[in-house]
Amino acid sequence: MKAYLNRRYRFSASHRLHQETFSAAKNAEVYGKCNNPHGHGHNYVLQVTVSGPVDPATGMVCNLGDLDAFVGHHILEVLDTTNLNEFSAFRETVPTTENLCIFLYKTLKSGFQHAAVERVLVEETSNNSFEYAGEKDAALQRNI
Amino acid sequence: MIYLTRKAEFSAAHVYHNDKFSPEENRRIFGKCNNPHGHGHNYTLEVTVKGEIEPASGFVVDLKELKDIMNREVIDALDHRHLNKEVPEFKTAIPTTENLAIVIWNRLAGKLQNAKLHRVRVYETPDLFADFYGEA
Repeated sequence: MKAYLNRRYRFSASHRLHQETFSAAKNAEVYGKCNNPHGHGHNYVLQVTVSGPVDPATGMVCNLGDLDAFVGHHILEVLDTTNLNEFSAFRETVPTTENLCIFLYKTLKSGFQHAAVERVLVEETSNNSFEYAGEKDAALQRNI
Repeated sequence: MIYLTRKAEFSAAHVYHNDKFSPEENRRIFGKCNNPHGHGHNYTLEVTVKGEIEPASGFVVDLKELKDIMNREVIDALDHRHLNKEVPEFKTAIPTTENLAIVIWNRLAGKLQNAKLHRVRVYETPDLFADFYGEA
């Protein structure tokens, strides 16, 4: 009996959207205010969806404590109150929320062992959100 | 195919406890949720149904019918109740958010005339919610 568990977390970070291979004029044109050389920041919301059969003994897809501990240790403690551009993952990859979403999905997919990681949704502001469910995307399709 | 979602709210108490576990195991696995006196939440339920639009009415589902079924099958049974003590399904199953989504699905499945149940989503808090899409 497969169920999906969704959990929301918060972290704050700064970034600058800038592509070295673009000219200054093109960076300004493509990224607008986000190209400000001093950077700017957001209060991000990370929504993680995991799935699996419900364990009859516990009633759980996975223990929330395990998910909180993984996200806390591997994501929130790493990214909260930092500058995203400083991380090796974003040296050459522009830290847009699309790329952040893929980075967070891969971090969870490769490390979290207690349930299947289905989808990551990141809200950059209350009006902008981005989702990544790997290349198969089936979960994203059905998760309307 | 079009999808329609209706929300409802209910408030209930519960406790997470498995008689087969030792007291230490219950505390380790369920943490604060193992408090024997129970605790409660304001739950939000989202029921999503799908189907083709009936040309004459323009409806995928009669909203009044959906609301009545949700009230009768779910809200009346769960609102202001202690889930472990008053809802038969939780005599044996632990009333986690996952199991609530499954129990609510089973209570609603087959009750609708035209539309098909697509998803049951249960929010225990704004930051924790479970989805169930049936057995498929």
